[in-house]
Amino acid sequence: MPLDFPLFPEAASTMAGQVDAIYLFLVALSAFFSILIAGAVVYCAVRYRRRSDDEIGSNLHGSLLLEIVWSAIPLAIVLVLFFWGAKVFFAQSRPPADAIEYTAIGKQWMWKFQHPDGQREINTLHVPKGQPIVIKAISQDVIHSLYFPAFRVKKDVIPGRYTTVWFEATKTGSFHLFCAEFCGAEHSLMGGQVVVLEPEDYERWLAGGAATAQAPEEAGRQLFDQLACGTCHGEGDGGRGPSLHDIYGEEVRLVDGRTVTIDDQYLRESILTPAEKIVDGYSPLMPTYQGQISEENVFKLITYIKSLSPSPEDAAEANPAENAASAADEATEETL
Amino acid sequence: MSTLITDSSRSNYLNAAYGIKSWLLTKDHKRIALLYLVAVSIFFSVGGLFAALIRLELLTPEGDMVQPDIYNRLFTMHGVIMIFFFLIPAIPAVLGNFILPLMVGAKDLAFPRINLASFYVYVVAGILGVWALINGGVDTGWTFYTPYSSMYSNTQVTLVAMAGFIAGFSSIMTAVNFIVTVHRMRAPGLTWFRMPLMVWALYATSIIIMLATPVLAITLVMLMLDHSLHIGIFDPAQGGDPVLFQHLFWFYSHPAVYIMILPAMGVISELVAAFSRKKVFGYTFVVYSSLSIAFLGFLVWGHHLFVSGQSVYAGAVFSILSMLVAIPSAVKVFNWTATLFQGSVSYQTPMLYALGFIGLFTIGGLTGVFLATMGLDTHVHDTYFVVAHFHYVMVGGTIMGYLGGLHYWWPKISGKLYPEFWAKISALLVFVGFNLTFFPQFIVGYLGMPRRYHAYPPEFQVFNVLSTAGASVLGLGYLLPIIYLTWSMRYGKKAPANPWGAVGLEWETASPPPTFNFDDDPVVEHEAYDYHHRPEEPRVA
Repeated sequence: MPLDFPLFPEAASTMAGQVDAIYLFLVALSAFFSILIAGAVVYCAVRYRRRSDDEIGSNLHGSLLLEIVWSAIPLAIVLVLFFWGAKVFFAQSRPPADAIEYTAIGKQWMWKFQHPDGQREINTLHVPKGQPIVIKAISQDVIHSLYFPAFRVKKDVIPGRYTTVWFEATKTGSFHLFCAEFCGAEHSLMGGQVVVLEPEDYERWLAGGAATAQAPEEAGRQLFDQLACGTCHGEGDGGRGPSLHDIYGEEVRLVDGRTVTIDDQYLRESILTPAEKIVDGYSPLMPTYQGQISEENVFKLITYIKSLSPSPEDAAEANPAENAASAADEATEETL
Repeated sequence: MSTLITDSSRSNYLNAAYGIKSWLLTKDHKRIALLYLVAVSIFFSVGGLFAALIRLELLTPEGDMVQPDIYNRLFTMHGVIMIFFFLIPAIPAVLGNFILPLMVGAKDLAFPRINLASFYVYVVAGILGVWALINGGVDTGWTFYTPYSSMYSNTQVTLVAMAGFIAGFSSIMTAVNFIVTVHRMRAPGLTWFRMPLMVWALYATSIIIMLATPVLAITLVMLMLDHSLHIGIFDPAQGGDPVLFQHLFWFYSHPAVYIMILPAMGVISELVAAFSRKKVFGYTFVVYSSLSIAFLGFLVWGHHLFVSGQSVYAGAVFSILSMLVAIPSAVKVFNWTATLFQGSVSYQTPMLYALGFIGLFTIGGLTGVFLATMGLDTHVHDTYFVVAHFHYVMVGGTIMGYLGGLHYWWPKISGKLYPEFWAKISALLVFVGFNLTFFPQFIVGYLGMPRRYHAYPPEFQVFNVLSTAGASVLGLGYLLPIIYLTWSMRYGKKAPANPWGAVGLEWETASPPPTFNFDDDPVVEHEAYDYHHRPEEPRVA
């Protein structure tokens, strides 16, 4: 049986180079200090070996200058590493504005992905090369973690709240996709492949399955009608519930005086546990949908509700400064 | 150096009384230390057996030796037993218990009955843990992450959490005893800054135990309630927060890392001084580095949550605070190295362990910086890189320190010399076996192999084969001391009071010491490790 002996993972995203740079720097630094210390230990142990049984060491017992020097040097190094690591981490945490949103649901023991056009996959994810992709993920049961080693990104997938992970693939091919947070018996089998295709191949791949796919906005609209959400959430104000038009990304005041930004997390909460955060001026009339509506359907409803608000590009044309600020708020909110 | 041989007819703590009752009901800190030694050795062997089974399973990528359910129980019980029943008590409750009163010139610990009680509380916790093991074990990982542990696992989560809860009280009892002993029972002349660094390390550790363990106890109670009654504190379906558990758990369990490593650092300071016959370089800086590690240890728990959806700003704060821990750690390593300079260095077994510790802890500490660097942690979090890192600290650090200390004080503990040749062979096997086991895991971790995987992609196999090969060498290295130390208790050569020519109050009394440690009340006239005022003859009658 031939054995591979790889020392370095494949690098297939825009982030991979940045993470590898920190890694290689730290490997070099660690090698330097380990060899320095091991060298000093071996040198002293040999040079100052005991030559007679009653020999004792010298009376040397400290140097303030040395202590300051060997505290200050590590301090300077870790400060550099902190800022470098934080810079890369902030980039990993904040998807670019033009990222396309996919969704993922983790459950014991599979990953269910949905493409923006509605195409679904289990344990395999096809993505186009050269396009930033953000995956909005939630777990249906325990905590999982969506991990793409070749892209050097990972994010825990948690029940009850959305988290996101983004990447831009730079190499076509098939790469591992793992669950990195222990989630029960079949944890090590909860994974598969992420397949990076050239954009035109990706389009062709999508077209191959399009017959069954339904755009999530459209599926969400149908569900919205089916559940008769529109009875209360009408187009204009004056319904029993607030209008859902032009609200996404806005801040609203709640009856208890708090304010909240309307984002995916808030919309999800408002569907599942509507009594928790009631918009000022309304009463807690809405029934809970907890346990009655799957995470997939919540995704669809949210996508539909988002489609009722102007897209970021439209808003950017109308008022660029305000939009940039609210996008930043949103990014912060999502990670809190 | 003294050539004084202990007179076997002389009364010492081992021959002062006979019979099983004189051991099981003893209030002598030295006998209690031996009770702990037997108990932690049993748990170490059980935890080691689980490790061996894990390594055997991972020899092939298919996951074909045991069922996944069994594998998950194996790594969970390996972690639970090694952490709660070996690493946390090993150095404080065995070596600390034996040596702390001797080092400060006291007749015993401040509360001998509490000391004995702590042992039995530990035994009760251990029996409960073993009971849980026999009744199916637990499969959540030693970290018990919710909601898997609270709502989904149908294994013995409540029993094992109860065992951890009870074991915590044993730690707290020992910690209180150490703190009071250090404050109140030091010999005349033994001022704070004359104390041996082992005493400082145990003191700093005791403070962490006192402050952090109650938080673990509270967290485990909440987990037990959630698991058995489904009250939903950590269950999002009932409005609970699963990530809250991680915050509470790591608020104890990160300081617990320092509970495990600080005592080992104390041992290493003793060994480096004794086998260089020289005062530890920068003594006061080593003291303050222990205290600052104890303090900073409470402020870094969030570095376990960089990818848990925690705020990026909170992550940044935890990142920089974690980075700061590198400084007192580096200060210790530099000072130990500088102690060798112009010393009189000899290479008996304890020193081999100490030198091994310096090398392995350096790698363990530096790879901690990799993990504190947020952008890099995103990739290596929950991979074998983390597994390799904490084994470098816990096994390369704590266990090397424990074995070094055990060999160093063995003549004092048993009154016998261990066989130096076999001990050196074993130290060498441990060092080589350890590196062969865990170094490949850094590489396979960076390649992306997640931890807690029962089956894995075939390209990771070569590293796992190396690890398993290393583990067999390491296992042999651990087996040898169990054999020759036991052998030496009966057949070893009699140990003189001070076989190493070291300074320190423990070497000024007989080996083994009398029940109340010293024939005359010791008085301290010099600083610690003052080889230029080494007493010529031990004060043995």
